Amino acid sequence: MKPLRSFNKDRVGAGVLILAGAAVVAQGLSYRMGALTRMGAGFIPVVLGTLLMLVGVAIGVTAEQGDFGTAESLPTEWRGWLCVLGGVVGFVVFGVYGGLVPATFLSVFIAAMGDRTNSIRDAVLLAVGVTVTGVLIFVYGLSMTFPLFTWG
Amino acid sequence: MGQALHDLWFGFGVALQPHNLMWSVFGVLLGNLIGVLPGMGALTAISMLLPLTYVIAPVPAILMLAGIFYGSMYGGAIGAILLNLPSHPPHAVTCIDGYPMTKAGRGGAALGVTMMASFFAASVGILIMIFLSPVLEVVAFKFGPTEISAIMLLGLLAGATMSRGSPLKGVAMTVFGLFVGTIGTDVISGTQRYTFGINEMSDGIDLAALSLGLFGIADFLVTINRVEIKGSDAKVSMKDMRPTKAELKQAFFPMLRGTAVGCLFGAMPGTGPTITTFIAYALERKIAKDPSRFGKGAIEGVAAPEAAAHSKTQVDFIPTMSLGIPGDAVMALLLGALIIKGIQPGPQMISEHPDIFWGLIASFWIGNVLLIILNVPLIGVWVKMLQVPYRLLYPAALFFICIGVYSTHNSLFDVLEVAAFGVIGAIFLALDFPMAPIVLGYVLGPMLEENFRRAMLLSRGTLSVYLTRPIAAWIIGACTLLILAQLWSYARRVRKPPTLGSQELLVE
Repeated sequence: MKPLRSFNKDRVGAGVLILAGAAVVAQGLSYRMGALTRMGAGFIPVVLGTLLMLVGVAIGVTAEQGDFGTAESLPTEWRGWLCVLGGVVGFVVFGVYGGLVPATFLSVFIAAMGDRTNSIRDAVLLAVGVTVTGVLIFVYGLSMTFPLFTWG
Repeated sequence: MGQALHDLWFGFGVALQPHNLMWSVFGVLLGNLIGVLPGMGALTAISMLLPLTYVIAPVPAILMLAGIFYGSMYGGAIGAILLNLPSHPPHAVTCIDGYPMTKAGRGGAALGVTMMASFFAASVGILIMIFLSPVLEVVAFKFGPTEISAIMLLGLLAGATMSRGSPLKGVAMTVFGLFVGTIGTDVISGTQRYTFGINEMSDGIDLAALSLGLFGIADFLVTINRVEIKGSDAKVSMKDMRPTKAELKQAFFPMLRGTAVGCLFGAMPGTGPTITTFIAYALERKIAKDPSRFGKGAIEGVAAPEAAAHSKTQVDFIPTMSLGIPGDAVMALLLGALIIKGIQPGPQMISEHPDIFWGLIASFWIGNVLLIILNVPLIGVWVKMLQVPYRLLYPAALFFICIGVYSTHNSLFDVLEVAAFGVIGAIFLALDFPMAPIVLGYVLGPMLEENFRRAMLLSRGTLSVYLTRPIAAWIIGACTLLILAQLWSYARRVRKPPTLGSQELLVE
């Protein structure tokens, strides 16, 4: 696990907020603003975006000096991150191209492989178990509409 | 008062209908089960089961959600006491003395006391709810859009600043949540906002997708391969749950004081249960004859905060139901579920939907009785559940999250929203931002916007209505006080050398 370069959490947070606020304002300005009497759709979002930026500035200004997010607290964990997100995205992709059974099996399997202590055998067993339970509960128990097998 | 009792009787009738009772039991059981699992808090439990309630009628749905809530609260206490693992923030305090009790072999007694304290506190909270709600209902009718938007502002401010951690970060997340609430079709003008032409987004962000992203996926992303959650080898049987006479005596007054603290704070919108438990704990420590016992397994340190959390929770339902202003993220989720069901909480709710309101109150009490009935014999099962390793737990939970969100609208697009909010939540978590205010802002956002815009329409755009209408002026005054208090405590912190921040409360 290689540590990210150490940085100040408050400063980075402030930067994220200012960027997000600016994006919200920029997009919000494309909607009708109106005046206080009759506010358009853009009024509140622009106010909120501005607030986000202001709070971001306030956090940045009041941030305590020094590095906070050091090696221990923020190591990169690409395998875990990719597998967890891959599990969710996999569920969507294989849900469209495959159906509920492959989607469930693969998303659980992908997600389980994110943990370093899980073996392939454990992940397969877990995926089979969850697939069987899931199909029984949601398709036969709650009669959810999700084809077991499908293509596109 | 006589009317209140009569209404309550009606409520028991509603809650005891076999169909409703069944969902209530189901909710308590599932909530307890999920709450016990390591790393699954009340928020995760409610978000995961939220989609399930979409298919059932409003009354059983809300009874079931409430059941899930207190079931998972209690389940969380089990994890906190036996595993030193607070999966729901209010239990962080319970760990301080609960876990040492487990190590000393009195974990069972700690659980027993928790159960008694929460039952007692919840009963008191329910009584307060019964007698205060009709009064509040009368007051609430005087509330126009101006007052409603003012008190929402107060609730949001309190929710943002009175939780643990940096108040500014809380405010930032509240504003972010308010923004997420504006995504979708603008109710007044029909304009599509922040949808980027994507059809699925015109209905706005799905509540379940948002909360499961923030409290589920984000949590997996931060926890995976980082924190080793070890199973507990504590063995607790039914017999162990009975506290000794001395322990009972020691726990009695802390339980009363904790309940009082919880009720006091319950009436204040926006103050979450976490801060309440910290105050109850700090109070016990302050008045204890021998404060050094705290942190080493003092039963008072378990009884008081648990009682406070439960009475606070019950009383919290008053502003949630009668004003439509949730006290914390859990209440916000319940409120969101009601709105999805087409029920608008607010002053009219008690008279328009008496079955929901009084049924809910009655079901609280029934639910708390159920908790005791369930937990005494099932404690052995719960302890076994604690041993499920995290590496098997999170992939299975991930599937339930995906399918749960899918089932709300039969839409795979919502599942992608979960992934997106998981990433956003993980980034904010890593930067030490609190998650709960986002949900609070999201649920209140559309209502706040609508009321504010209506207030401005009525007053022809003069902001001074917030100062000329007496009730609104009082509320705005309270907001100003809150902000001044924050500024004052910041100025004090800057002048003094840096302290431990959130630890302060405990050290005092």
